[in-house]
Amino acid sequence: MLELKGVSKSFVTNGERHEVLRNINLSVKDGEFVSMIGPSGSGKTTLFQLIGGLNELDTGEIWLEGNNVTGEQGHIAYMPQQASLLPWYSVKRNIALALQIAGAGKKEAQQQAEQWLERVGLAEYSDEYPYKLSGGMSQRVSFLRALLSPQKLMLLDEPFGALDALTRLHMQQWLLSIWEQNRRSVLLVTHSIDEALMLSDRIVVLSSHPATVVQEVSVPFDRPRSGELWSTAEFNELKQLIYGLLQAQGAG
Amino acid sequence: MDSRKRLWSSIWPPALMLLLIFIVWELIVRYELVYSWLIPSPIGVGQEMINSWSRLMEHWLATMQLTLLGFVGGALSGIALAMLLHFIPIIRRAMYPVLILSQNIPVIVIAPILTMLLGFGMLPKVLLIVLVCFFPICIAMLGGLAQIDYSLNNYMRMIGSNKWQTFIHLELPSALSNVFSGLKIAASYSVLSAVVAEWLSPKVGLGGFMILSSRGYMPERVFATVLLIVMTSLLLFWLVTLLERLCIRWRPRKEAS
Repeated sequence: MLELKGVSKSFVTNGERHEVLRNINLSVKDGEFVSMIGPSGSGKTTLFQLIGGLNELDTGEIWLEGNNVTGEQGHIAYMPQQASLLPWYSVKRNIALALQIAGAGKKEAQQQAEQWLERVGLAEYSDEYPYKLSGGMSQRVSFLRALLSPQKLMLLDEPFGALDALTRLHMQQWLLSIWEQNRRSVLLVTHSIDEALMLSDRIVVLSSHPATVVQEVSVPFDRPRSGELWSTAEFNELKQLIYGLLQAQGAG
Repeated sequence: MDSRKRLWSSIWPPALMLLLIFIVWELIVRYELVYSWLIPSPIGVGQEMINSWSRLMEHWLATMQLTLLGFVGGALSGIALAMLLHFIPIIRRAMYPVLILSQNIPVIVIAPILTMLLGFGMLPKVLLIVLVCFFPICIAMLGGLAQIDYSLNNYMRMIGSNKWQTFIHLELPSALSNVFSGLKIAASYSVLSAVVAEWLSPKVGLGGFMILSSRGYMPERVFATVLLIVMTSLLLFWLVTLLERLCIRWRPRKEAS
């Protein structure tokens, strides 16, 4: 469904050319959960901006569902690192807005938002303004907003990076349970090996300066996955493997 | 209960101060340290206000009408111009310096020019207020539009929001509190410039009434008019603040400070 073909990108700052991405080939199949993991500054955010059509690529193409969408906007649902809820809209309207921008009517968007908030047990927050929500709660709303958007591909950009460890674990479980019932194609960027293993079907390990695909690791665990997964031997072997790959890049 | 107590404690010191000033002023006039035909006593001003209340109201209504017309016109044109400059950067670069430059022309100077061009009717007066009001609103709004949160903007672009959608859902609400700061400044300006405009053709309005009273050596009446002008200015400011509270409800309300 998503296919990146030989994507490269470099930026020029102060007359110096910095290569950020070199020949990235990557695919996400229908209903597949793929994670990208790599050292800090390995250009993952840049890659997302290219897929979102915010930046032009130097070489390569981006294909989505058999269409060349290189440089086009509006094809993806997005969950950023900061929840990025508009402070002047209620939770319900924030979710509805994402649907409206994707072309839904205002009324049906709000109805759908309300239904889903009820379904995942957040109905009581429906009319609250974002400043009243905790960090974890904001991210739940942000995830729901991306999940409800009609676009087929979801990009999650370090969605739990700013949360404390315990909230983070809760959030992963919550996201997993909802996603397993509502399969969508997902591309996730994360710094956490545990998180990548817990959530995804496949993990793409990136190098940095410039970013290249080092290896793809498939994650064979059955779904639905439970919270005890991390204590199994297989989980820890994969973790060691990925850790080793990242270590070889010279940055943990 | 607590907030009422706090409100009271913030009101009584300035109220006491004002009372003190009035008493001292009254005493100065009463013991004839200055001539009472030069500076009237506060009680005399109060009495004059009661005596000529119906005439004052008549003029107040005329001034109010002029002020509101100019203020609303200024607000609309200020917001419209800010939008234009925001959407078309090349116009922004061309207009912005000219805009700043134009503000160095004092109101008192523009007023007779407008009268010369457009006569003594309502139009030049309204136009004067519009000219004075649109600037602070336009500049405040442009300032607000320049400070859009990066991650929110990035989010909107990522999900494919077009320029107009981004404006309506992100930029406008985000600049709203700046716009209201501009509106508050413009509110005080509008009363001031309405009075200046009325000096030019003193037929109706508080400005005109004030000029005529001063020519007739009626200091009590002049002071009563000034008092009414100050109160009008405060009223308008308060109305804008009220409107702001109605419009911006997504922030935690600050305790009365």
